Amino acid sequence: MNSSKYIIGFTALLTAIVALVLSLMYTGLKEKHKQNELLFEKRAMLGAIQDKAGIDISTMKDKDIIDFFTKNIEQVVVDTKGNILSPEEVEKHGYKGGKAENIDLKTEMKRTFDQRMLPVYIYKSKDGNKIYILKLFGKGLWDEISGYLALSSDLNTVVGASFDHKGETPGMGAEMKDNPKFPVQFKGKKIYDKTGKLVSINVRKGGAVDPDHDVDAISGATLTSNGITDMLLHSLENYNNYLKKLKQK
Amino acid sequence: MSEMKESKKALFPMTKKEKRLLFDPLNDNNPVTVQVLGICSALAVTSMLLPSIVMAIAVTFVIAFSNLAISLMRNYIPKQVRMIVQLVVIAFLVTIVELTLKAYSYPVYKQLSVFIGLIITNCIVMGRLEAFAMANPPWQSFLDGIGNGLGYGIILIIISFFRELFGRGTLLSGTPIEMKIIGAGSDFWIDTTTNSWFGWYTNNNLMVLPAAALFILGMIIWYQRSKNPKLVDIS
Repeated sequence: MNSSKYIIGFTALLTAIVALVLSLMYTGLKEKHKQNELLFEKRAMLGAIQDKAGIDISTMKDKDIIDFFTKNIEQVVVDTKGNILSPEEVEKHGYKGGKAENIDLKTEMKRTFDQRMLPVYIYKSKDGNKIYILKLFGKGLWDEISGYLALSSDLNTVVGASFDHKGETPGMGAEMKDNPKFPVQFKGKKIYDKTGKLVSINVRKGGAVDPDHDVDAISGATLTSNGITDMLLHSLENYNNYLKKLKQK
Repeated sequence: MSEMKESKKALFPMTKKEKRLLFDPLNDNNPVTVQVLGICSALAVTSMLLPSIVMAIAVTFVIAFSNLAISLMRNYIPKQVRMIVQLVVIAFLVTIVELTLKAYSYPVYKQLSVFIGLIITNCIVMGRLEAFAMANPPWQSFLDGIGNGLGYGIILIIISFFRELFGRGTLLSGTPIEMKIIGAGSDFWIDTTTNSWFGWYTNNNLMVLPAAALFILGMIIWYQRSKNPKLVDIS
C-alpha cells in the first residue's frame, strides 16, 4: 500500500509530463492542421466547378489546388440582406484574415438570420462568364453535412455541386460524397422557378419528377437525402437577397 | 540448415520466449479471433484497405509503447490508481497518433474520424497492460505489444481485403497504387459492361456495411479453429 502523498505526487507528475508534451505537440502542429483543413475545403470547392474549369481534382496535387485557387478565385463575404462586407467588418466578428475562406458557416447558421455572414467564391471562366460558388451547410442523418453549389452567370442554373459529410453511413448516406454520380445530377438544375420564386432543388425519393428542380435520392438513405434537400433550401435562402441584388445589376 | 539458423540468430537474436511473445498473437492467441477483443473497431473501420492498414499501425504503435511505458513504471505505479495511470498513458499515445495523422495524412484522418480516438477504449490495449506489462520487463512487454498489435492488424487487413474487393471492386483505393479489379467502366481489370461472362455482376452492398465484417470474422474464426489443433479444446 502506498501513502496518499505518494499517489498524489505520482499522478500529478505523470499528468504534468503528459500535458506538457501534448500541448507542445499541439501548438507545433496547429499551423499544419489549419492548412490541411483549408486545403480540404478548397479541394471540395473546386470539385463543384471542375468541369467548367477543365480540371480534375482527383489527380491534382495539393500545390496545384492552392495555385489554381489563388489565381482564379475571388472571395467575397456577404450578409443575408445581400450587402458585401468589407474584410474589416468580418474581422470584427472574430474571423482572422477577413476572407470568405475564414468564415465558419456552422457558427453563422447558429446566429439569427439577419446576422449571418456568408462566403461567396467567384470564378471567372475562360469565356468571361462569372460562376458563383455558394457554401451549403446542414444536418444529415448522424452528423453535419456540407457542400458547395456552383451557379452559372444567370444566377439560376447549377453548373456543379460537391458534397461532404462527417458521419453518414458508408455505402448509404456516405454515397453523397463517395459516388460521383450523385453530385453530377445537379448539373443543369434551376434554383428559381419561372416566377422568380426560390424553390431550391429537391432530392426526391423514388426518382426525380420535375426536370428542373428534382434529383434522384440515394437509395437506402432517405434521411440523408432529406437532409440534403433541407440543407439546399436553407442555405440558398441565406443567399437569396444577394442573388436577387446581383440580378438587378 | 544449421548455418542458416546461425546467421538468422546473429542478425536478430531472440530467445524462445521472446519469439513466442511476438508470434503467438498472430495465430494461437490472436486478440481478435481467439480472445474476441477489439471487435467494435474491427467491424467499423474495415470497409476499405487503406484505413485498416493505418488503424493497424496506429494500434500497434499504441499497444507497443504503452506496454513499454507501463512496464518501465511498473514498480512505481501505486496499485490503487494503476488503471487510471494506464489510461493516461494510452490516451497520451492515442492523442499523439491523432495529431500526427491530422497533420500528415489528413484524408485518412477524415476517413477514420472518431475511431482513432476510440483506440483508447480498445480492450486489447488495456488488456495487455493489465495482463502483461504490469508484471514483465520492458523489452518483453514491448515485443508482446508489437505481437498483439500485428495480430489485431492482420485480421483487420484480411477482413477489409474482402470487403473492399466485393463491396467496391477496388483494392487500396485512396493510395497511388489503387487497383480497380471488377466493376462497370473501362478503368477496371474486369469490365462488367463489356465482358459477357461477368455481365450479371454488381458490387455487393452488404459488404460495405459493418455487418459483412461480422460474417467474414466468423468465417475466419471457423477456418482458424478447424485448422489449428491447439484451439480445438477451447470452448
